Amino acid sequence: MLKPKHFFLLPALLTLAAIILFPLIFTVRVSFSSWDVYQAGLDFIGGRNYARLLEDTRFWESLLRLSGMSFITVTLQYVLGFALALAVWKNMVGGRVFRVLFLVPMMTTPVVMSVIWRTVFHESLGPANDLLSMVGIGPVPWLSTATGAFISVVIVEVWQWTPFMFLLLLAGLVSLPREPFLAAAIDGASPVRTFWQVTFPLMAPISIGAIIIRLIEASKIMDTVYVMTSGGPGTATETPSYYIYIRGLRDFQVGYSASLSLAYLVLMIITLTIIAKLLMRFLVGKDD
Amino acid sequence: MGRTYHIIKYLCLLAWTTFVVFPFLWALSTSFKDANAVTSGARYIPWVEFEPSVQGWTSLFASGSQGINIVTPFLNSASVTLLASIVSLGLGTLAAYGLSRFSYKAGFIKNADITFFFISQRIMPPIVLAIPFFLMLKEIQALDTIFGLVIVYVALLLPIAVWVMTDFFASIPKELDEMAMIDGCTPIGAFFRVVLPNSTAGLVVAGMFCLIFGWNDFFFAFILTFTETQLLPVASVSLNSSVTPWRSLSAFALISVTPLALIAIVVERFMSRGSLAGAIR
Repeated sequence: MLKPKHFFLLPALLTLAAIILFPLIFTVRVSFSSWDVYQAGLDFIGGRNYARLLEDTRFWESLLRLSGMSFITVTLQYVLGFALALAVWKNMVGGRVFRVLFLVPMMTTPVVMSVIWRTVFHESLGPANDLLSMVGIGPVPWLSTATGAFISVVIVEVWQWTPFMFLLLLAGLVSLPREPFLAAAIDGASPVRTFWQVTFPLMAPISIGAIIIRLIEASKIMDTVYVMTSGGPGTATETPSYYIYIRGLRDFQVGYSASLSLAYLVLMIITLTIIAKLLMRFLVGKDD
Repeated sequence: MGRTYHIIKYLCLLAWTTFVVFPFLWALSTSFKDANAVTSGARYIPWVEFEPSVQGWTSLFASGSQGINIVTPFLNSASVTLLASIVSLGLGTLAAYGLSRFSYKAGFIKNADITFFFISQRIMPPIVLAIPFFLMLKEIQALDTIFGLVIVYVALLLPIAVWVMTDFFASIPKELDEMAMIDGCTPIGAFFRVVLPNSTAGLVVAGMFCLIFGWNDFFFAFILTFTETQLLPVASVSLNSSVTPWRSLSAFALISVTPLALIAIVVERFMSRGSLAGAIR
């Protein structure tokens, strides 16, 4: 029964299954219980947690906010990352220095850098407002207003993860075949035209991959929010992960938070699958 | 085109570079301030705008009353990340090789489904697993230990290792191991003697990604440890509360991000050679 091929696969498969499957099954079971701070234990209350979840506007608002936040940050990251990759693609003076520097943010710990960014956005002592005041822009209430906090989180996310887009897209550009570009050059196509007719279509598969990966990671956002704003002011920057964290690990509504996290997981998988299919259709022009 | 285009291009690149390095420079400047310079508005240039002091840095290595020693969290972070990366890379490489060379079948489950099972774990939001992990580690008395965190981080990093290595092995010609097997190697022997020595590029890329995601994780360390096994990200957040420790906070942040920031140099080298494309897709 145990052939050599099993020697390769089974250790990893069993390890991951052992670590992941128990928690997942456990979460499903807990989501049907009323486990909370007053009474820990696995009773069975049917779908009551799920009924409560349907009417929990704070949860649905956080999902809506997450969609907006992911859309804005990933779009910015893609456009900026692509532009930067194109700029340093061909050999140029100082190219390597730029490339290394552009990669650095994605290697740094999000929470640690968020701690630094929080000092940057500090309203009276931070450099953000100080530098803006030099060009005559009055003190911006970065972290104390809903819009300001949202923008601050977006700026930090763009700073942190544009490098990831840059990395994937530049790696893609470097590995493109040369022939189509030669053909375009012989035809005398302008750089803009070459981009839209040659580079962009050739980069479509890797673009989709990069966007999907970033959307997956962006939909889990929690660290940055926790450090920068704690979801506030009010619930202005609260994402589903953070809301579930509050319900589960602050209020100890273990049962309810389990149902929230499963709903969140299922919604994410469905949404990301749909987005992946749509991107395929728009960018590659075919299904799957 | 031509000159103007190049000037604009360099200006844009410089603007982005400024944005990228700004928080690091700000942290560097802050880390050398004294308490007064921190609380009297934004100051940037040492000696001109404030008298530099090394207290922010020395306080990280002071023992006792200060309570912000960086050495232990640093060593903890390093041990957890290295152990989990080595385990994940080992198991992940074996599995990726198996998936790229043999066909597995269990009922309706085939290779593609198994690969998907591994990679899809990246979709799982950490919060979904947090409470079960907590209870699980409590059960085996591994809460607040390096061992417990390594278990959890393996689940986090194994999918990355499998993902990178599957694509890497797909780009290595099968003839390589077939030749070895004709020469009398067993499949396992062929893997260790012929394939593995030719896989350095893939292993380096996969290893780097494991290190990055392991070192930079905050959430699980935050939930599953308390005081005994503090990691760098958790320790830095606990310093976050007020304004006065800004300078030690900045020094702390710089020390914790520097080891990984240096990896950028290695990544750039691989990217320029084009050997990253195969490994990433």
